[in-house]
Amino acid sequence: MSDFQIKTAPTVYDVIIIGSGAGGGMAAYELTKAGAKVCLLEAGQHFDPADPEYVTQLKWPYQSPRRGAGTRYRPFGDFDAAYGGWDIEGEPYTTKGDTKFRWFRSRMLGGRTNHWGRISLRFGPQDFKRRSIDGLGEDWPIGYEDVAPFYDDVDRLIGVFGSKENLPNDPDSVFLPPPKPRLHEMMLQQGNKRLGITTIPSRLSILTKPINDERGVCFYCNQCNRACVAYADFSSSSCLCKPASKTKNMDTIYFAMAREVLTDAQTGLATGVSYVDTRTLEEKTVRGKIVILAASACESARLLLNSKSARFPEGLANSSGVVGKYLHDSTGASRGAIVPKLFDRKRYNEDGVGGLHIYSPWWLDNKKLDFPRGYHIEYWGGMGMPAYGFGWGIENTNGMFPDRNGLKREAGGFGASLKDDYRRFYGSYIGMAGRGEAVAREDNYCEIDPEKVDKFGIPVLRFNYTWSDYERLQAKHMHETFEQIIHEMGGIPLGDKPTAEQDYGLNLPGEIIHEVGTVRMGSDPKTSALNKWQQAHDVKNLFVVDAGPFVSQGDKNCTWTILALSMRASRHIVTERKAGKL
Amino acid sequence: MKRRDLLKGISLSSLGLVGLNPQVQAAEIFDPIPASEPDKKDPVFEQFGRTAYEKARDAKLFAEQFFNKHEMQTITVLVDIIIPRDARSGSASDAGVPDFLEFMVKDKPELQTPLRGGLTWLDNQSKKRFANNFIDLSDAERLALVEDMAYPERKKPGMGHGVAFFSLMRNLTASGFWSSKMGIEDIGYQGNTPNQWDGPPEEVIRQYGF
Repeated sequence: MSDFQIKTAPTVYDVIIIGSGAGGGMAAYELTKAGAKVCLLEAGQHFDPADPEYVTQLKWPYQSPRRGAGTRYRPFGDFDAAYGGWDIEGEPYTTKGDTKFRWFRSRMLGGRTNHWGRISLRFGPQDFKRRSIDGLGEDWPIGYEDVAPFYDDVDRLIGVFGSKENLPNDPDSVFLPPPKPRLHEMMLQQGNKRLGITTIPSRLSILTKPINDERGVCFYCNQCNRACVAYADFSSSSCLCKPASKTKNMDTIYFAMAREVLTDAQTGLATGVSYVDTRTLEEKTVRGKIVILAASACESARLLLNSKSARFPEGLANSSGVVGKYLHDSTGASRGAIVPKLFDRKRYNEDGVGGLHIYSPWWLDNKKLDFPRGYHIEYWGGMGMPAYGFGWGIENTNGMFPDRNGLKREAGGFGASLKDDYRRFYGSYIGMAGRGEAVAREDNYCEIDPEKVDKFGIPVLRFNYTWSDYERLQAKHMHETFEQIIHEMGGIPLGDKPTAEQDYGLNLPGEIIHEVGTVRMGSDPKTSALNKWQQAHDVKNLFVVDAGPFVSQGDKNCTWTILALSMRASRHIVTERKAGKL
Repeated sequence: MKRRDLLKGISLSSLGLVGLNPQVQAAEIFDPIPASEPDKKDPVFEQFGRTAYEKARDAKLFAEQFFNKHEMQTITVLVDIIIPRDARSGSASDAGVPDFLEFMVKDKPELQTPLRGGLTWLDNQSKKRFANNFIDLSDAERLALVEDMAYPERKKPGMGHGVAFFSLMRNLTASGFWSSKMGIEDIGYQGNTPNQWDGPPEEVIRQYGF
């Protein structure tokens, strides 16, 4: 019978953490520093951007045979650091009815923090109390004042640049100096000032000054998405998992795809995690006194829903039935433009940091608008490194402008004049994207597909998701604003403004990769899965520290709040444990 | 100046630190900029942070051949019509665009039918109008055909397929040319190297009236 025995490691860990992204990395960091013996389960492989084997930073496009084009495995380009993508072989997900949901996953140490834009925004006081403001969704069981000290500590531990602005709902961090704006960003700032659209230095977790001797400083190559050899940007792998491992208090198990959280039938407490070794398909078990889920909002909901037992027939921590529900992603809409006054620009290195140097936090009052929640605007442009896609669609642009001699010419073309057009237009394209808050709804949810399993035999997620007019009208407003911004800075919008039939250009849900809300916290165990410490109401030694616990999204990116809340929950665990309550 | 020296320079000069460890480590890792574009058979091509899965997939793609000799010849003529040699740089084929296209159709199979079909369509048109394959036409004959495909707004009846094919060829040619070493030098991209960003140069700020 030994062939069928599930392998169980002899160690009983103090804590098992599932997932090594922002939430899991922070929990690993805090708990190992506090002396806990931790087991970190990661579904993907090891990754260290300073190991030459993994380095893509400062490579040239022609070192890639596809010149940096995206692949199924690296959809954001051949040099992007994140392994996985929207469509992972053998790891499907399904949708129901008209739902079009896209789910981005990274299978590697650090998870999706290896890909993101390093935009590190605090939620503001209003973001925790939206129901009190507009009657929609739910208030969080905590407020800004509960999270603020942890935001401060995250700022100091990880580093974020920005400027002190004293805005009411976009609290300042403990900032490093921000980089100066690029030329097109100066133009945008100037135009937006006339329009009354707040536009300030961006807030990114990139080191413009040294903060410790473990990490280097930014050398302005614009390639944070490739992961930094000098650890000058934040990723969970470099900044949290690596120091956690150094304490010798942590074992990291790679290629470990969690199947379910195991519980004791008598006490109902979590006792460990069963997982599949993705290389051998072997079934294994690891035991621990506390289990922390940090597998991402949707993956953690999936794990809980798949952890069924006689005692927990609806899945673990789900007596309320809310697990999987209230799923919401940030809204997104974007527009590109060309700026004739930037034609034939003087060439210089304007790479800057990996991303925007300016952004526009939400500047209006929703009480005076026909949609309830705000959005921020991100900008791009400049003399970037050519790669696959360079100059694509020039036939839609070059006919709009007379040639160098002032003569009208036809769109498209070929030969010497076409070749010259590329040079002339280089660095004169800009673009912008809105990232907004969607309203959390019970009827937007993920559930276990009743039939389909992945290649590990684990039942997969099925998504049910629609946008409502709250989001559509917000996207409409975004596009109207984009055109104002473009005209005011002297640009010409490219393409057409999307119509109502096109949902005003809203990205598909999931595409912004800010899924939150599937294991939400609250004071009432009937309407929430977790308490205000992200501890399961039903299972006191089970915690969730990814974006699953979020009650609402905010018009901010979620990573900085995941980090602050994971730090808060982890320190609570240490306190409770020392007090003998856990 | 080599990148490792630039990086060390940043740690030494602007930070006032003798050796910030990760910075020095980074400097050791970055190789000097390759002197030329790597040959596709050279293992150097794989040395840009590939996982085992990617190495195997790329090796498989390189081992396959999609376009036949005639198609490659036609592509070579066509890409050089789109981006010819001029005073500043070489032509698309000088920059290796035909080989890039051969790789891309295997990497993105959705390109195979539009490109193979487009090339066949082009030869068919060439034969109808000038009784020869495209590559065997005179310069004037080729030009007459290309003129009919290169301007989407002319909407010449029956040329829609040619226009769509030519637009795709134009876009792929631009991708391949401008992302080559030759193209990057021509366009004047100055980055991909350690530096200290301090805003646009003074003269640029003045030029735009800030």
